[in-house]
Amino acid sequence: MAKLFAVTIILIAIASAVPIVRGTWTQPVDISTHGHSIDEQFHETMWEAGLAFLAAQIVLGLFIWTSAGRGPDAQIKRFPGGATGLVLAAVFLVGTEVIALGIFGVNAWAQVYFAPPGPDAMPIQVQAGQFAFYFRYPGPDGKFGPIHPDKIDEANLNFFGLDYDEPATKDDIVTAEMAIPVNREIHLLMHSKDLGHSFYVRELRVQQDFVPGLDVSLHFTATKVGRYEIVCTQLCGLGHYNMKTYLEVMSQQDFDGWLKKEAAMQ
Amino acid sequence: MHDVSAPAVHHGPPQSFISKYVFSLDHKVIGKQYYALALVAVFTGMVLSWLMRLHLGYPDLKIPGLHLLSKIGAPGDVMTPEYYLQLMTMHGTIMVFFVLTTAPFAAFGNFFLPIQVGAEDMPFPRFNMMSFWVTFVAFLVLIAAFFVGDGPPLSGWTAYAPLSAVGAVAGPGQGLGQILWAASIGIFCIGQLLGSLNFITTTLDMRTKGMSLMRLPLSAWAWFITSCMGLTAFAVLMPACILLILDHVAGTSFFIPSGLVINDQLQPHSGGSTLLWQHLFWFFGHPEVYIAIVPGMGIVSHVLITNMRRPLLSYKVMIASMTSIAFLSYMVYGHHMFVSGMNPTSSLVFSFPTLVITIPATIITLIWIGSLYGSRLRINAASLFALGFISMFVAGGVSGFFLAQPSIDIMLHATYFVVGHFHLVMAVAAIFGIFAGTYFWFPKMTGRMMNETLGKIHFWFSFVGAYCIFMPFHYLGIMGNVRRYAQFVDDYMQPVLGVHKFITIAALTTGAAQLIFLYNLIYSRFWGAKAPDNPWEGTSLEWSTTSPPPWDNFGGKHLVVHHDPYQYGMKSSTGDYIMQTSPEPSPTGE
Repeated sequence: MAKLFAVTIILIAIASAVPIVRGTWTQPVDISTHGHSIDEQFHETMWEAGLAFLAAQIVLGLFIWTSAGRGPDAQIKRFPGGATGLVLAAVFLVGTEVIALGIFGVNAWAQVYFAPPGPDAMPIQVQAGQFAFYFRYPGPDGKFGPIHPDKIDEANLNFFGLDYDEPATKDDIVTAEMAIPVNREIHLLMHSKDLGHSFYVRELRVQQDFVPGLDVSLHFTATKVGRYEIVCTQLCGLGHYNMKTYLEVMSQQDFDGWLKKEAAMQ
Repeated sequence: MHDVSAPAVHHGPPQSFISKYVFSLDHKVIGKQYYALALVAVFTGMVLSWLMRLHLGYPDLKIPGLHLLSKIGAPGDVMTPEYYLQLMTMHGTIMVFFVLTTAPFAAFGNFFLPIQVGAEDMPFPRFNMMSFWVTFVAFLVLIAAFFVGDGPPLSGWTAYAPLSAVGAVAGPGQGLGQILWAASIGIFCIGQLLGSLNFITTTLDMRTKGMSLMRLPLSAWAWFITSCMGLTAFAVLMPACILLILDHVAGTSFFIPSGLVINDQLQPHSGGSTLLWQHLFWFFGHPEVYIAIVPGMGIVSHVLITNMRRPLLSYKVMIASMTSIAFLSYMVYGHHMFVSGMNPTSSLVFSFPTLVITIPATIITLIWIGSLYGSRLRINAASLFALGFISMFVAGGVSGFFLAQPSIDIMLHATYFVVGHFHLVMAVAAIFGIFAGTYFWFPKMTGRMMNETLGKIHFWFSFVGAYCIFMPFHYLGIMGNVRRYAQFVDDYMQPVLGVHKFITIAALTTGAAQLIFLYNLIYSRFWGAKAPDNPWEGTSLEWSTTSPPPWDNFGGKHLVVHHDPYQYGMKSSTGDYIMQTSPEPSPTGE
């Protein structure tokens, strides 16, 4: 039975690695300027963690194979190098890995969170609420009018609680889907109406929680025209699974036309 | 060498059925009570997971009789999205608190820690009894949520605010159900605090003559380290639960900021912080991961050593590594919050110790595997589950490397990658530790042997099944499959729904195989072969007494310990081992 177990462990380990090596189920295509550094970090980690996984399972299997069934008179052998060797190996190998991943990981994280948005970044406000996203574009004046939670009235399509008598609000454009021009930096201002939600676009390599009571911002640049899903990843209630909308990445010309059309519909 | 001799017990033998089996002061009965509670809890949690998996694999499936559980949640026997979330919340809560905490720590620890240190009981038997009954009440309060109002909460076992704090307006179960949840967990914390106090004092003050700290079995060390974590972690969660209840019933706003509009109603709260709940919860939550797994490390070490017929390569390194993990566990909790809106610099600060904690975890794994080399491994149900624990711990552990890095977490956070990771490393590994402990210690606990053949069949289904269920979760997560969805309606997910069907079938099969264990457990308890005092030729003190032990553990004898706990692999008068209580000199001089 020990030998069968040893072989099973090794086969399961190899079988687990096959879909990763073959790329059977893999990350969606990256459409952001920063995503490549996240992906590189991911692949680097996959190499290191994958090799550690395979090595540990195979050696575990081999040692089960060789040590089971040894009679009561068999000599107990000591692993070469003993505990000291293994501790040094763990500290050196994993420690190096920890430092390397830690240092390189800072770069990928910094691109997303530490670099401020450029002065030309296009501001878009996104509001999350049970169970829909709404987006607001500031209009020609470039300013968002203030939000008044007490004026929120979904039945009358006032999702943000806007007072259209206020000058900065008059030209604001509210939409249910998000459209952005390709290769243009977006400064996303995130606001929750009610509870915790999250903004996740797989292809953009962006995931950020909305924090009720706190305005959070993100910035990113999409590099490929297309239609992508925006989904909520923070459990927000019974309709959480269905809280989604779409991100439409367009050419600048198409975007200008879309925004004009949306403005006319307000 | 210390000069502590085991103090006498504070209570006499039980005089009545009630004092023997119900409100017992005997740590062994309390340990069994915890085990029975964990058994009820684990099968409850497993049935909930079956229902969840059936719904995820086949969303329109009619599950006969489901409406009996919840008329609102399953009209026409088809599960509603909110009922899915309610089952998910209860599954996670039951499993984490009432199985993974109670079985490896409270059940086995209660039964064996006093025996392994050579004591006749714990120093505070009444606190110990109270610890169990408080935990039992906590379980009843939690289960009561199924039967009141509109059912249990749907906010997950993490109960993130403000969803968990604003009340019924946020959805089904978020009123009374959520209050019961918070009350249950708060009560549970009291039970664990009482238990932890007893474990710590038992280890420090109740050791018999000759039992220095460095002669404690690794299982005893693991329970001691875990109780230190429990004392600090549950002490934070309990007040957090009280504050959460106050937000519901007293109009406070600890976790609710101003200006929230839910269901078109402006909420009458102001000044609270949603991130405060996350900080408090995860300050408990991450040590809790190790509260679940460190006892398993100790149990697996103890079982493996006995079955390898050799000590580990280093006893001291194991203790140092487990202690390091416990210490670091408080510095890593922020990795659950990388994309929460917490200051991004904090994410980097939390990332580093999260990566560093893999070093002691790797050392522990290498010590196990290195000790296996050249041993005389005995294959039985207990050792199979102990070896399976190592395999699962490695499989789930390596995926922690990804989640420790904030940049990668942007992609993987809240996906099935996380579900696969924590189920393997924390749940399956810990449960394999519980199984290893059960097959190993059952003879001592009951005086009867379990059926080995059934144990091995149980192992094969569990080992292969666990990989079939949880490894594909990682692939789905890499693709971006979001967790906590009642159905997968994303366009993006449609091509991989077949993987979810496969996981559902694997989960049902593996779950059904657990009935083999249940049958073996019950059958062996009453009709199993009589167990000798030392069936596995072990060395530690539990094998120096009868199976099962008398009410005062050693029949009035005060044991004297002469050796470290793992004198194996040499020639002695008993074979290839020397018991801790044997005055026979050891060739190693330990």
